[in-house]
Amino acid sequence: MTAAAGSPGAAPRRAFVPSWPKRIALLAVAAYVIYAASLLGISWERFLIGMDEGARFIGRMVPPNFTRWELLLKGLLESMQIAVLASALGIAISLPVGVLAARNLMPASVTVPMRVFIGACRSLHPVIVAIMFVKAVGFGALAGVLALVVASIGFIGKLFAEAIEEISLKQVEAVRSTGASFMNVMTFGVLPQVMARFIGFSLYQLDSNLRNSTMVGIVGAGGIGGTLFAAFKRFDYDYVCAILIAIIALIFAAEIFSNWLRRTFQ
Amino acid sequence: MRAAEASAVAREWQRFTPAERVARFSVYLAIVAAIVWSIDTIEVIPEFLYDAPEQMADLLVRMWPIDYAHYPRAIHETLVETLHIATLGTILTLVMAVPVGLLTARTITPHPALNWLGQLILVSSRSVNSLVWALLFVAVFGPGALAGTLAIAFRSVGFVGKLLAEALEETHKGPIEALRAVGAPWLSILLKGYWPQVQPSFWSISLLRWDINVRESAVLGLVGAGGIGVALDDALNFFYWDRVAMILLTIFVVVIVAEVAVNAIRKKII
Repeated sequence: MTAAAGSPGAAPRRAFVPSWPKRIALLAVAAYVIYAASLLGISWERFLIGMDEGARFIGRMVPPNFTRWELLLKGLLESMQIAVLASALGIAISLPVGVLAARNLMPASVTVPMRVFIGACRSLHPVIVAIMFVKAVGFGALAGVLALVVASIGFIGKLFAEAIEEISLKQVEAVRSTGASFMNVMTFGVLPQVMARFIGFSLYQLDSNLRNSTMVGIVGAGGIGGTLFAAFKRFDYDYVCAILIAIIALIFAAEIFSNWLRRTFQ
Repeated sequence: MRAAEASAVAREWQRFTPAERVARFSVYLAIVAAIVWSIDTIEVIPEFLYDAPEQMADLLVRMWPIDYAHYPRAIHETLVETLHIATLGTILTLVMAVPVGLLTARTITPHPALNWLGQLILVSSRSVNSLVWALLFVAVFGPGALAGTLAIAFRSVGFVGKLLAEALEETHKGPIEALRAVGAPWLSILLKGYWPQVQPSFWSISLLRWDINVRESAVLGLVGAGGIGVALDDALNFFYWDRVAMILLTIFVVVIVAEVAVNAIRKKII
């Protein structure tokens, strides 16, 4: 390849020069993988033993056991309630929070605390937030709702603020020049530009809340997660399998539903 | 004839067709119905709610003063483990997501059945929560970091693979056609035609996922899959709230540092 390139006299030019820094970086990554794997006690033998265990595990999972379907349905319904309420509250709160955090509409004295608040909501995993709320309001669905409200504010608030920062200020100025009040500027200058994206974020968060609402039960915050974790601790694997199938079916159904919603609002 | 024209002129302009209006109205109705149903039937124990402020105050009192001495004693080790789980899991994800992404991208794999198979893998990876993946792997490999790493990797494949497939489908046809015209083998087309075009989004997706994985790997320990969550679970089970506060503070700081670092690197490479 090198010999053929270039005319006589000119220096031979290679089309694709190998890049040594990149190769060294790749080697470094490989070295890190080996180092980290040994540190975490990950080894091939353990993996092979696990494969045996896995076969036995799957053997105990099938056939899924749906005989306690009433408990299963109760848990699923509670998860859905948690998701619906958390999304409704979270969306309602993130609308003003997002507006207050937009740097092109508000002074820094308002946006900075709002951004810190949103950042704080985002930084902890919903399950960890759920632990706090379980302590505060006791075991049950309410703790799950509150934990997911926090997660929703963190996600929608941030993206909504960013969406507002990207709007065209010309329309805002036009509305403002008619002497409109602040609320009118919001309703006629700002919100029409960002409403479609806001609905998109909200739908995404509804899906995400549903996924997480099936999990907050692990720490006692209501929903199917508690049933799942209890079945797991009792090595009741065929029931675990049934619960997992139900959760996945629920999430699939929710995804289809939210796609339909998205089409309706386009 | 005349009458029809006149009515057409007189007709009021409307933004949506009747069918669209019915659809939108039914969506509003469904949302309200869902919220009302949830409020009506959700189980809230009022006694627990009344003493919530007291409990919250009690929690804060128990958390203060934060047990800083616990960090070198038990937290640091698990924190390092968490970061290794997140990083190793992300690397493993990239290894698995690239073939699945290639399989899913319609421009690269021209067979609908194979695309569909790729989609199926991605959707099933995404629809199982990382905690559930962790539970499954704990049952298979026993408690520890191996289960956590695999849980992180299997959960992330769906995310990375989906975004990677989208990036692959959005590439420009020009360089690929040029390579094909000179008779390049498919590996060369992939490496020299597609890879340079998807490289920025590839790195940005990986970094984004690493950031998410740091957050997720912090809770995996609650189900026994290693990392700082194990320390959190221990502290919670013994009601050492001052230690819990220290662990939460650690997670908080690490998550923020990771996010700042990822944003800085992303700005540099894009």
